[in-house]
Amino acid sequence: MSTGTTFAAAGAAPAASSARAIRPRLSRDDVTLRLLVLAIVVALVVFVVLPLSALLGKALEDHDGAFVGLANFAAYFGDPALAGNLFNSLWISALSTVICVTLAFVFAYGLTRTCMPGRGVFKAVAQIPILAPSLLPAISLVYLFGNQGLLKGWLMGASIYGPIGIVIGEVFWTFPHALIILTTALAISDARLYEAAEALRASQRRIFFTVTLPGARYGLISAIFVVFTLVITDFGVPKVIGGQFDVLATDIYKQVVGQQNFQMGAVVGVVLLLPAVLAFVGDRIVQRRQAALLSARAVPLIPKPNRAVDLTFFAICSVIALAVLVILAVAVFASLATFWPYNLTPSLKNYDFDNMDGGGWASYGNSLTLAALTAVFGAAIIFTGAYAIEKTPRFGAGRAVGQLLALLPLAVPGLVLGLGYIFFFNDPANPLGFLYGGMAILVICTISHFYSVAHLTATTALKQIDPEFETVSASLKVPVWRTFAVVTVPVCLPAILDIAIYLFVNAMTTVSALVFLYSPDTTLAAIAVLNMDDAGDIAPAAAMATMILLTSAAVRIAYTVLTRGLLGRAQAWRRR
Amino acid sequence: MHKRFLMAASALALLASTAVTASAATEVLVYTAIEADQLKTYEAALEAAHPDVDVRFVRDSTGIVTAKLLAEKANPRADVVMGLAATSLMLLEKEGMLMPYAPVGLEAVKPTMRDPANPPAWVGMDVWASAICFNIVEAAKRELKAPTSWADLTDPAYKGQITMPNPASSGTGYLMVSAWLQLLGEEKGWAFMDALDKNIASYTHSGSKPCRQAGAGEYVVGLSFEYRANKTKKDGAPIDIVLPSEGLGWDMEATAVMSTTKHPEAAKKVADWAVTPEANKLYAQSYAIVALPGIAEKLEYMPGDVEAMLIKSDFAWAAENRERILAEWTKRYDSKSEPKK
Repeated sequence: MSTGTTFAAAGAAPAASSARAIRPRLSRDDVTLRLLVLAIVVALVVFVVLPLSALLGKALEDHDGAFVGLANFAAYFGDPALAGNLFNSLWISALSTVICVTLAFVFAYGLTRTCMPGRGVFKAVAQIPILAPSLLPAISLVYLFGNQGLLKGWLMGASIYGPIGIVIGEVFWTFPHALIILTTALAISDARLYEAAEALRASQRRIFFTVTLPGARYGLISAIFVVFTLVITDFGVPKVIGGQFDVLATDIYKQVVGQQNFQMGAVVGVVLLLPAVLAFVGDRIVQRRQAALLSARAVPLIPKPNRAVDLTFFAICSVIALAVLVILAVAVFASLATFWPYNLTPSLKNYDFDNMDGGGWASYGNSLTLAALTAVFGAAIIFTGAYAIEKTPRFGAGRAVGQLLALLPLAVPGLVLGLGYIFFFNDPANPLGFLYGGMAILVICTISHFYSVAHLTATTALKQIDPEFETVSASLKVPVWRTFAVVTVPVCLPAILDIAIYLFVNAMTTVSALVFLYSPDTTLAAIAVLNMDDAGDIAPAAAMATMILLTSAAVRIAYTVLTRGLLGRAQAWRRR
Repeated sequence: MHKRFLMAASALALLASTAVTASAATEVLVYTAIEADQLKTYEAALEAAHPDVDVRFVRDSTGIVTAKLLAEKANPRADVVMGLAATSLMLLEKEGMLMPYAPVGLEAVKPTMRDPANPPAWVGMDVWASAICFNIVEAAKRELKAPTSWADLTDPAYKGQITMPNPASSGTGYLMVSAWLQLLGEEKGWAFMDALDKNIASYTHSGSKPCRQAGAGEYVVGLSFEYRANKTKKDGAPIDIVLPSEGLGWDMEATAVMSTTKHPEAAKKVADWAVTPEANKLYAQSYAIVALPGIAEKLEYMPGDVEAMLIKSDFAWAAENRERILAEWTKRYDSKSEPKK
């Protein structure tokens, strides 16, 4: 499973496994596991629930901390400019979602249902945007379609700064997320349905609408929710290319960083939380109704070569893949030019980050530290937590609460979480306040922010292990931690490494939560991109974005190469 | 609860500073709006001169540093404010947040470049003045003539080709707005900005970005400031620097010690350093006018005598009316892209 596929797991709700009552009294192992579950619950309450409550509380206070009820909300909705930004956010997100999911569906269809050539290459190329911060496509779009843009003519006089730029940037950045979900959805299908449809002489069109689409509907719904949430909560693209077009995410930043108006920032945070939570709940409800699509008798559909269809999809996918590559290449190219657009001689001048805003090369080093710490601690904590929640015998209530809390971060936009962290951890009454301002809080915030998808990946892997292992171990009097170390971890190693990589890449690229939390000693690369762009140093911003992309890509490639041997040993049992 | 909020408001930075450095040097937290590319050299020189002081800079745009300081008023984090607009420092002084202090060597500073009170609440470092960056390559393509005055900028020929900094976040933006209001009077000043607004493509967060964008040909005209204009031209941008004939808006970058500092001795050393000839020489690399006489050098690409072109500016007025002017500005222009009815 790749970084991306882990995201697809977000679509599948893990059902609580029915633990059998084995022994009536709590063994030492039971106690260990229950304590672990409790520890995870406490951690998630402290690092997710309480900061969110602090944010909600702040939204109901005035400047001096007195309770004012909904007065701030009234002020927010009474300001036509601010309320208009809510509308902007909604339509931009809806439009981006429609375009992105449509393109991703076609692309996924090409990958799974046709015999077009180059499917492996297409699949790989389409994954690349996930390795870059969302600021990168926005910067590239400036170079492509800005007033000095290489392809400016294509816009026929329209300006890239504003809705057009935001939508293109968001579609680029969310495309891999939608693609992974849809590829998974389309990969599973029952050939017998198609045979039956053909036997009934249904037209291709009819088959598509009555067999293919309904079969993929849960994937489609999931993709729509995921993309919508990503777009409405993304901050990088509208910040760079939005021009004077404001959306909710840029509003929060303006209120908090620009005007130090924390109450209003909190209000916008709550407003932003609503659509994200609604999308999350909606997705959960729909997924719950998903019945097994594949019965035991299903025959997997193997696409048959069809020259016309294959070539058509090859053409469409080529255009999409080319667009992805061009957007990436332009950022790299611009970062290497001496003085865009007047002097295109290659130079590394723009990589001299130490004379720019954003903290220089130290930011890059900090980002590497953050990503490494997040990957190691995050993977260990999240996997152990998922194990405890999944494998603790009985203890239904505790596990249900744990499961719910583990999924909660999925509905919380990064900006909202980061803002909650300021309110919660910078409160002098908070004994955890010492964390504030250091690297630790950045690591904790990043792990919390990306907890859910990693948790779902771990849960999915754990569900594949027969509970008999634990039962047998218990009857042999092997302590649970030993079974965990000797059986569970090696068996689940691919999933654990996937989680680590997923966390690493996200820690490298994320801006949203951390933009409120970094200090002069912990400036970060992705935030440096933002600050350099703000100061007008767009080429160095492109250079730093390129560094992030290269690092994420290098880590992914190194992971694939290095782990081949490791996994070969740990996973030998899978071969017969 | 009030206190709690302000603690929270003090945002991002600072606990980190307590976690790091076990060395003997006293740590001084300096809030600054000095450009990132200048800050490195200042920091190195300052620490070389005072090895017993460990300076930590928190840098942002003028408006943001000001907002942050005001938000933290009940529990300030900063020990020193360095390189912040004098108009902003006057605001802090009114709030009683500054400690009057006469740095060693103050007598050499030009009388116009310091708080007239004795001891002064703040001491100027350099003057930064507005300048226009005008891209000659793009102008030629569009057959645009270079503006020579602020009034020229309202010519419809420039429609969609001008960017300027948002005065609420950028000190450079505010000094322009304040200059126009002082030059033209309130009524005509706002009328001028209404007309200018029709030509503005976008209001930027920082004062540097308009010149950078003009340098890259993204827009033809960028309203910015002299240092950035000079630097952008030096970097190879095909721009002409225009100093508008009506006169230049300006403000001083100045230094002040916070009244709440827990390290007054170390903080004062930073303020002392800021008036040394050595420091002034560093300012002179970027700015045409500095606090000590006889040090300034003409900036390489500056077309005229910046000092002679400064308007007669009433800083007290600009500081006192800052909030009102920014509120009015925001109301008029900030939601530029909203559908106009």
